[in-house]
Amino acid sequence: MTDLAAHLVDIRERVLGWANSLRQPRATPIVPPGNVAGRALTTVIAIMTFLASLTVGGVSLVSETAGRWQNDISEEITVQVKPAEGLDMLVALETVRQIAIETPGVVGASIMDEASTGRLLEPWLGEGVDLDELPVPRLVIIGIDSDDPPDFAALGEELRRQVPQSELDDHRAWVSRLVAMARSMVLAGSFVLALVLIATILTVVFATRGAMSGNRQIVEVLHFVGARAGFIASEFQRHFLRLGLIGAATGGVLAMMVFALIGSWTDSNRATPEADQISALFGSFSIGWFGYAGVVGLIVTVATLTALTSRWTVTRHLAEIDMISPVEG
Amino acid sequence: MIRFENVGLRYDMGPEVLRDLTFEIRRQSFQFLTGPSGAGKTSLLRMLFLALKPTRGLITVLGRDVATLTRRDLPSIRRRIGVVFQDFRLLDHMTTYENVALPLRVRGKEEATYRQDVVDLIKWVGLGERINALPVVLSGGEKQRAAIARALIDQPDILLADEPTGNVDAPLARRLLRLFLELNRSGTAVVIATHDLGLMDQVEARRLVLSDGRLTIYD
Repeated sequence: MTDLAAHLVDIRERVLGWANSLRQPRATPIVPPGNVAGRALTTVIAIMTFLASLTVGGVSLVSETAGRWQNDISEEITVQVKPAEGLDMLVALETVRQIAIETPGVVGASIMDEASTGRLLEPWLGEGVDLDELPVPRLVIIGIDSDDPPDFAALGEELRRQVPQSELDDHRAWVSRLVAMARSMVLAGSFVLALVLIATILTVVFATRGAMSGNRQIVEVLHFVGARAGFIASEFQRHFLRLGLIGAATGGVLAMMVFALIGSWTDSNRATPEADQISALFGSFSIGWFGYAGVVGLIVTVATLTALTSRWTVTRHLAEIDMISPVEG
Repeated sequence: MIRFENVGLRYDMGPEVLRDLTFEIRRQSFQFLTGPSGAGKTSLLRMLFLALKPTRGLITVLGRDVATLTRRDLPSIRRRIGVVFQDFRLLDHMTTYENVALPLRVRGKEEATYRQDVVDLIKWVGLGERINALPVVLSGGEKQRAAIARALIDQPDILLADEPTGNVDAPLARRLLRLFLELNRSGTAVVIATHDLGLMDQVEARRLVLSDGRLTIYD
């Protein structure tokens, strides 16, 4: 029989077998549906997928938060006007605001009022402070077009020329540090994610091979009653895909529930100091669609990996059997 | 049907365990393969059902030189050879019926087309009452008969049985032998590997005797 003809027979038998399995839903599966090795494999897959999903969610959260920090800061700069002898603070603030608003690349400028300034200083000076009696600096907040930012050096120069007591803080030092930190965090997170993924892959591969070792006799029996390699491999692949999907979905869904629970906890405790601290760092503590998509991708990958490992193990075992047979592939 | 010409077998770099085997298993023939323990009966059987590669010589199975076969060709040839293993090799999670029907199921056949044949064969080997039993509750003899039924279900051209009476008492051994003879009369060539002289003495049949790796044939 030629290779092509054998291949066609192989496909026909697989299709017929599949059709029969649909027609006979109660037929005992060729690979036993549940045993200790299978349950252990499902548990291992669930645990590893849970850990990997937490890592995916964590990296996604850090990445999104870092991006948000960077955007927030790069969209705003401040000008500080220090009090000085003979300086009319209100005039100086208004001058700064006018200069800023007339500068290309600036989308808005506002003077931080006394009440807001008071709130900023509250932790140090306490409540009810009369700012007029104290020589405290005042701020002008300038919104900038992050796509087309102004020339910060020229703006600073112009401000100093007209209001010598003013000082432009364009946050560039902060931004560069935050960008560097964000990049480091995402890089470190990606590295941890890569390690967790590799560990997951290896664990799934070895656990699958372990579970397969209990099925060697089934492979051999099928082989010697004349089953084609493709048929045997498909039977095991289907069985292990199911185990992989159950395990991976359990782990992935649990991880998503953890993120959802923490998210809802921070939402419902916005007024408390703990939640405020978490919100300050992570916003709403939501991993976003990217994170959820990553977890779903992980579930599919782990299940596919389990199925492919079982197929590879069966194929290798059959090759071992045939290596001692009188034929060479 | 199966022809060996100057076939030799060695494992790795060890001495030849089988030497210069030249014989033929003819269509509808009946023979015993015998010899002392360790003489190489199982190795010879494994070569007969294409599970072991000879170190030298020519083997022709069902008209095909096995040296020219590819891996893809093997299943279609194996389907014409029924094998009864010494350790039965039944699948523990399947009933007698499902075990016997397994070769047809893996060929993609629809159950409705073979159900009655499987039931009839199971009754023929005397397991009608145990059709829905799992192997764990079957006795050694019942497992043996289930394994024989599985080997026969697709009407093979040749049946190879490795010590088929090794796990059963004398009356059941005689019953199994009658079963093999009946099968042979219906057209299947039968090779029974055994060291049970009592069993062989019950039938006037060709004997292939292995000793010190060499084969002597008593027609």
